[in-house]
Amino acid sequence: MPPLHRTIPALRRLRLANTAFQQPAHLRLRPATAPLRCLHVTPRAQEQEKAESTTSASSADHAPQDAPDRAQSKIKYTSDSYPDLKRDSRFKKVSKEDVEHFKNLLGSEAAILDGVTKETGEEDFEQYNSDWMRKYRGQCRLVLKPETTEQVSGVLKYCNEQCLAVVPQGGNSGLVGGSVPVFDEIVINLSRMNKVRSFDDVSGVLVADSGVILQQADEYVGEHNHIFPLDLGAKGTCQIGANVATNAGGLRLLRYGSMHGNILGLECVLPDGTVMDDLSKLRKNNTGYDLKQLFIGGEGTIGIITAISILCPQRSSAVNVAYFGLQSYEKVMDAFKEAKKQLGEILSAFELMDAQSQQLYHQASGAKLPLEGEHPFYCLIETSGSNTEHDSEKLNAFLEHVMSEEIVADGVVAESETQLQSLWACREGISEAGQHWGGVYKYDLSLPLPELYSLVEDTRKMFEGNGLMHPEDEKFPVKDVVGYGHMGDSNLHLNVATRRYDKDVEKALEPWVYEWVSKRQGSISAEHGLGLAKKGFIGYSRSETMIKLMGKIKETFDPNGIMNPYKYI
Amino acid sequence: MSKVRILVPVKRVIDYAVKPRVNKANTAVETTGVKHSMNPFDELSIEEAVRLRERKKVPVEDILAFSAGPAKSQDILRTAMAMGADRGLHVVEEKAELEPLGVAKLLKKVVEAEKTNLVILGKQSIDDDANQTGQMLAGLLNWPQATQASKVEIEGDTCTVTREVDGGVETLRAKLPMIITTDLRLNEPRYASLPNIMKAKKKPLEKKTLADFGMDAEKRLKTVKVEEPAPRQGGGKVDNVDGMISKLKELGAI
Repeated sequence: MPPLHRTIPALRRLRLANTAFQQPAHLRLRPATAPLRCLHVTPRAQEQEKAESTTSASSADHAPQDAPDRAQSKIKYTSDSYPDLKRDSRFKKVSKEDVEHFKNLLGSEAAILDGVTKETGEEDFEQYNSDWMRKYRGQCRLVLKPETTEQVSGVLKYCNEQCLAVVPQGGNSGLVGGSVPVFDEIVINLSRMNKVRSFDDVSGVLVADSGVILQQADEYVGEHNHIFPLDLGAKGTCQIGANVATNAGGLRLLRYGSMHGNILGLECVLPDGTVMDDLSKLRKNNTGYDLKQLFIGGEGTIGIITAISILCPQRSSAVNVAYFGLQSYEKVMDAFKEAKKQLGEILSAFELMDAQSQQLYHQASGAKLPLEGEHPFYCLIETSGSNTEHDSEKLNAFLEHVMSEEIVADGVVAESETQLQSLWACREGISEAGQHWGGVYKYDLSLPLPELYSLVEDTRKMFEGNGLMHPEDEKFPVKDVVGYGHMGDSNLHLNVATRRYDKDVEKALEPWVYEWVSKRQGSISAEHGLGLAKKGFIGYSRSETMIKLMGKIKETFDPNGIMNPYKYI
Repeated sequence: MSKVRILVPVKRVIDYAVKPRVNKANTAVETTGVKHSMNPFDELSIEEAVRLRERKKVPVEDILAFSAGPAKSQDILRTAMAMGADRGLHVVEEKAELEPLGVAKLLKKVVEAEKTNLVILGKQSIDDDANQTGQMLAGLLNWPQATQASKVEIEGDTCTVTREVDGGVETLRAKLPMIITTDLRLNEPRYASLPNIMKAKKKPLEKKTLADFGMDAEKRLKTVKVEEPAPRQGGGKVDNVDGMISKLKELGAI
């Protein structure tokens, strides 16, 4: 039998021609920007990579024909959009001597992007200074890219002594402005720390540098039939160390749990240069305070994570995906209940998308939606197990049940890997689609399930009432309000797609959204973190005592306050 | 105007998004524990058959999905029925790998038994890439054939097929009965929707054996060896311009 792979290029064309999913024209031509690429990526990974690469670092190279306004207009400096923020005068400005010191320390030209002693253009700093949402822009003139833990330690020790403020940075795909400088903080970018240190395929423990790209980590453990317990839209860009530092949640949390459970150990560098080597591979270790937990979700405010030790579960060989249309939010909850009841141990994702989000995805990407008719709600269910037949049988029983009980109105099941990818694209593509018209206000909230969707309805009502929203007319700043998210984790993503960032929209949303959430004992940031965007609103989710204690921790680790200043708490 | 009775043969193959691996004995591609789905070209065939009916230009009396192979092939027959085929016919053959000529002979018998007057096949299956069955079947039946179709129109008894050829398109016209094989750009296959999947479960699926058609899985070809292509030589990374220059010098490029 001649080898199968010969037909792959032809089939790739087939898929492009036939489905056009995840392949909006403006993305297809865009070269990849992430520093490292795998040679052997699976087609799914490649698709994702293409689809997600706009979510990566600089959006300056967004195809101009699709977004003329965005490509031309410069992002506002964060210091201009937040006039109340003043540069902390305690921090020294970077001098020539400092740059000289870092050069000696790092020893390689590739490790430094220097705009202090050299005439380096601002555009070179763009990808380090601005976030992919084009909301925040710092003014850093020095980027350091250490390659080893010792170098990180040396850099921090010096910065601490000299009182130079720093921002640790991974793939810079964050959503709250946490990974870009506000003023002239030095960016410490970890992209060059990208080696896997060890993997044990008996225990499934992976130890790797923090700059390894999530997708590469997943592919690496994938070769050993394991899976990285985190998956998210920006996987082709984001780095695992930064995922830990932001306690990223993502699409697999329902199945594999959070970072707080999966991280077995960390190697961190403290602001004074001390290396905290807690790279344990033990699942159990009840000896003293579990300090590594402070760095998980610490957003680089008390130290820099340089390596992680993480427990990777066995990769499931059988994956099924179904996509439903439902008539009401009550039906969505019924479907979720049934899914838990009947698919319990194989359920790996239960994602919610409203009609508006799917329309937005459809309009932005040009992709055809899987279902013919329109439904107010859509759900995506994924099962992962070890036995295809067993899983299919369960899934079929479940599908038959929800159809006959009229819980779901219509639906499709992926019959092939291609369809599986296309269905996932309907969920993963929303985030990027929201950006398509200019900008997006993103809220990532934990809410009690029964009230999860009411927030979207209330927000829509609010914008209808105050006359800021119109689906077609360019004069109105808001295009649409969409809701989607991880139903399985009670996590709602409320996105307000706008044509431009607008003060009136912002005033209408904040603190209104936070108050709404606070009244229902929700969290104002389920998985995106605090960064700069939500710093001022932490009080809606945490008590004064808690915030005070957090302040004490910060002070203990970082008495000079050089780590990622102006943010977090 | 004659009614159209369409036969659509489909094959269960390794999912094209899965990277195939050669087995240890180097005799075949590893298939156990690998995701399978319908040959993508066959999806196009089913879709086109259903669209012919939906266009209502000609009355489509019957769409029969056919597969020969192991019991699991029934899954893709159900998929075909969920996409719109009326019924399924499964010739169960667990062990032997059927060859194009054998399949063509089998299809000829099915055509005769079912009074089919249009056969739409994928131009090839992605596992053996033979691209022979449709042509052989046309030869055996002595019917006109239009291969690699990118557009199909039927009016009355006349079928007009556009096919992509090197440097342009070619338009063929023939009268039914005929053979059409499908190519990439013919259409965009639909998803099998849940209600249709449920309905497909109730559609008739007939099981037969090769013996029922007076045939056996006679082999005319022998696979000598299956090998992976030579791995691509990986590139290297240099740290800076100086590194690149010295590397180029080392390679004798400058």
